[in-house]
Amino acid sequence: MLRACAPSLAAMAAVLGLAAAPALAQPDEDELVINGETEIVTETEAPDHMEYLDTIYSGWRFRADETQALEMDDFDNPAMIFVDEAADVWNTVEGAAGESCASCHGDVSTFEGLTASMPKVDEDGELVVMEDLINECRTERMEADAWKWSGIDMQSMIALIGVQSRGMPMNVAIDGPAAPFWEQGKEMYYTRYGQLELSCANCHEDNYGYMIRADHLSQGQINGFPTYRLKQATLISRHNRFRGCIRDTRAETFAEGSDAFRALELYVASRGNGLSVETPAVRN
Amino acid sequence: MRKTSAILAATLLMAGAAWAEPPAPGEVMFEDGAVMDSLTGVPGDVANGRELMNKGSGNCIACHEVSALSDLPFHGEIGPMLDGVADRWSEAEIRGIVTNAKKMFPESMMPSFYKSTGYIRPGDAYTGKAAEEPLPPLLTAQEIEDVVAFLMTLKEE
Ligand code: HEC
Ligand code: HEC
Repeated sequence: MLRACAPSLAAMAAVLGLAAAPALAQPDEDELVINGETEIVTETEAPDHMEYLDTIYSGWRFRADETQALEMDDFDNPAMIFVDEAADVWNTVEGAAGESCASCHGDVSTFEGLTASMPKVDEDGELVVMEDLINECRTERMEADAWKWSGIDMQSMIALIGVQSRGMPMNVAIDGPAAPFWEQGKEMYYTRYGQLELSCANCHEDNYGYMIRADHLSQGQINGFPTYRLKQATLISRHNRFRGCIRDTRAETFAEGSDAFRALELYVASRGNGLSVETPAVRN
Repeated sequence: MRKTSAILAATLLMAGAAWAEPPAPGEVMFEDGAVMDSLTGVPGDVANGRELMNKGSGNCIACHEVSALSDLPFHGEIGPMLDGVADRWSEAEIRGIVTNAKKMFPESMMPSFYKSTGYIRPGDAYTGKAAEEPLPPLLTAQEIEDVVAFLMTLKEE
């Protein structure tokens, strides 16, 4: 597919006797243990379905030490305020049915493992992501208003549910009913969108580890989402990140909550199978 | 035939060697990835080329490091360093690479700077909204010449 770039570049550098790859070219060697107890796998063997990479890394390994430190202790993690707020909302009755999340689900810890297996195909054969599950509860069971996709109440609740799986390996299913969605997402991942004609793979597969202007490219993994971005000082949804990356190729992007982005989310999540759920991650 | 070129030559002389119209993006002729003739006939402006390396739709240093531009922050590492590029490539080859790098390096990650159609989901600059082709090329014909003129100053010998 698009493997031309990195190898030919290396070959060219060699032919021309250019300097070897710069020092930053790799993820660093740091290890992530949260609160001194939860060990996070930030590097592991790529899942079998990956054709072009042998090793996968969490985005954490590409961030500066100061940013990394913010994720090592929940007292320093700026995303935890939102998680705490969501814990209150969990117990709050809202909507015409007079229910709260807790009145149906009890303690949020019952959702341990859920984030590690999302997105998934539901009984109706539809691909669903966490936002869909939450809004289905809100509109159908609580008879409350749906939350906006990237709204802070939605993303805070997703972070709270994500924390229940922290440290567990990402393990989304890509076969059976998920297969056609996964193929669709894969197709998108390798499509060169926009006037800059760049695919996800151009940046996050062929060139991770390198600088693009001021940014140190990671593998674009989503095991830490929703992510607290220092630049925006809030929680960022997966689809918001996809939208931004596609927009930056001077393309017509896709909408948050579109079926296209659900499929892309499944595919990107599967590229992280084996990395720990790291939610809520901190990035710059 | 001969008469036409005589008239053409005369017109060019009168116009101060500038082509009346630069070729449209789809009409540029490539020879082995190179573009032999200037797109405009107007010599490139080195200073403006230098600006374009850093800014706007050029932003070449997003991917390339250039020592001569070390006053500017954050040079990328995606493409080769451009120091000495004029020793490695002829002016025609450099023009070809900047016009449409994919003619020289098939499947290259480098964007095609003088191209207006054939995109997947073309957008209106960085708005994320749709735009209809033909898009304005990332660089105008003269801006291509300006960038080429700047690159021709990058000699090490
Ligand atoms: C022009 C380059 C470019 C393209 C193309 C691109 N991205 Fe990114 N992406 C970036 C940069 C720069 C960052 C911020 C640094 C980083 O985390 O890699 C980023 C970050 C991300 C992150 C956040 C990673 C983290 O750990 O927080 C995800 C997820 C992501 N990209 C997914 C995608 C997907 C999916 C696509 C295609 C639809 C895509 N990107 C296309 C440049 C790009
Ligand atoms: C998104 C990344 C990207 C951008 C932006 C970019 N380039 Fe490139 N460029 C590359 C890559 C990658 C190569 C190596 C060719 C290949 O694909 O194998 C390259 C190669 C070149 C070469 C040949 C260098 C050599 O030493 O062989 C020149 C000259 C060049 N680019 C000039 C430019 C100019 C001028 C601009 C801006 C107007 C620019 N590039 C913008 C990625 C980029």
